[in-house]
Amino acid sequence: MTSDMPALAALRRSPVAARRLLVFTCFLVTAVTLTPIVMMVLVAFQSDAESMAARPSFWPGSWHPENIGRAFDLVPLGRYLLNTVFFAGGTALLETVTAALAAYAFARLRFRGRSVLFGVYLTTLMIPSQVTLIPQFILVAKAHGVDTWPGMILPHAFTALGVFLLRQFFLGVPRDYEEAARLDGANRWQTFIRVIVPLAVPAIATLAVFKFISQWNNLLWPLVISNSDSTRTAAVGLQVFQSTNGTQWNLLLMAAAITTVPLIVLFFLTQRWFVKGITMSGLGGR
Amino acid sequence: MAVETPTAATEAPRRGPRGPLRRPRLRRHGSETVAAWLFLLPSLVGFLVFTAGPVVAAGVISLLDWNLFSPPHFIGLDNFARLGPDTTFWSALGNTAYFTFVSVPLTLLVSLGLAVLLNQGLRRMAVFRSLLLLPYATITVAVAFVWVWLYIPHDGLINAVLGAFGIDGPAWLISDDWAMPALILMSVWKSFGFGMVIFLAGLQAIPQQLYEAARVDGASPWRTFRAVTLPLLSPSVFFTVITSIIGSFQVFDQALVMTDGGPGTSTTTLVMYIYRTGFQNYEQGYAAAQSMVLFAFIVVITAAQFLLQRRLVHYDL
Repeated sequence: MTSDMPALAALRRSPVAARRLLVFTCFLVTAVTLTPIVMMVLVAFQSDAESMAARPSFWPGSWHPENIGRAFDLVPLGRYLLNTVFFAGGTALLETVTAALAAYAFARLRFRGRSVLFGVYLTTLMIPSQVTLIPQFILVAKAHGVDTWPGMILPHAFTALGVFLLRQFFLGVPRDYEEAARLDGANRWQTFIRVIVPLAVPAIATLAVFKFISQWNNLLWPLVISNSDSTRTAAVGLQVFQSTNGTQWNLLLMAAAITTVPLIVLFFLTQRWFVKGITMSGLGGR
Repeated sequence: MAVETPTAATEAPRRGPRGPLRRPRLRRHGSETVAAWLFLLPSLVGFLVFTAGPVVAAGVISLLDWNLFSPPHFIGLDNFARLGPDTTFWSALGNTAYFTFVSVPLTLLVSLGLAVLLNQGLRRMAVFRSLLLLPYATITVAVAFVWVWLYIPHDGLINAVLGAFGIDGPAWLISDDWAMPALILMSVWKSFGFGMVIFLAGLQAIPQQLYEAARVDGASPWRTFRAVTLPLLSPSVFFTVITSIIGSFQVFDQALVMTDGGPGTSTTTLVMYIYRTGFQNYEQGYAAAQSMVLFAFIVVITAAQFLLQRRLVHYDL
């Protein structure tokens, strides 16, 4: 079928041409993929008139770096970014610490009801967060947690995914290390802190980075629970920016770029773990 | 890969016969139980209060007439009966299904195609992989703004490119028929990186000997893909399809920012309708009933896939 096409047959006879075509395709696909992100930055530096003209322009006719300051003046973007770090960081930290402790119990300690309890954890993996949205909101509202940090952070810091991923990792750690520590007189807590945690740093970092980035992106929960600048995250702040400033394209996209750039930098710094987080969750499907 | 095998290896000795060596372990059993519950405690309390509890509560709330400001009333299945004649609900359900059944296969094809492309032994593969993963790591709300800009009807970038090929582009986000395809295209762009990374890991785990054997047998590239790559990749494909479908049923951010559910209700999604019912009309009970329907759909689809999995997925790598 496909292999009988003359062009493909010719390519197979000429490895150099095939390789060039391959590299060219990769470049083309990457360029198309990055276009929206590049355009976000380009339009962000355009003048008001240029960005709002009926006929949109692509390359800025003149560059306006002062748009950065103007975007910060229109909405407290710095505050929003700080809030996002708080929100994403707090959730990631709490989830990682509690999940590591629980995962160790599930992976290594024997107790009555272990498999039943782990089964309950697993069942909730499939439940969409919108199902718990209303009860979580009512719970937080009744506890006067609306627009507070505990109200923002706690409801998303205890998902089964973290426990599941870390348990999977702990099961793969050879028992010999622990046995040696136990023979040296270490108790379970010391074994966990001194033996297991250092070995599990890559897995723990993976979970933390993955959780941080997904919470940075979370819109629905902060939209529901935060109603002032004191807890508003970047995602919600951008949504508010849009509803108050409409299609002032250069400033809207400048605000978008300002909140995206730190995340992109973080992504490049931590992508080793981020990629591993995706593949680890993929292996969970097996 | 290597992650699964230790389960059997580490649990096997425990099932051995009770010999003298087992005795000391039994004596420690009491303290082990205490230790286990102490390790579990922080996670378990949070899990029960914020995850498991709310799941049960959602079922109960769906049977109540409750707007948060007045005391709840038990109304049985009235909230579910109300869904029947609610045309916005059905339209939201239809839109969500449309979104899911177009975006999931498309995303899958793009992810798989790019993973195969990147797996051709390219020298700079890691660089391309990072750059292609970038959309997945951005804030949906932020990139949704750019896509609104890209979709500007007359001279927007997308229609300008289409125009260069002699195609008269549609009005995208302000067109009843094209707003949903526009959201789908943006969502494919945003999420293909996830599957791509999973498929790439899956591809790299396939033993090279199988490809050499296929070459010796004179199999064409397409035949090799069908007979070797696809079966061995099927667990990753299965996982990606499940997570993409679950994710797609929850589509919200881009629809809120790019179209706000419009024009009309042509891009109102299930989660957007739940959000409006619960947090703009403050009908918590009715919103919970809608979320139960969402839940039921996800359960049915996942169950169907697990049944299909027995026939289509090969785990013998």
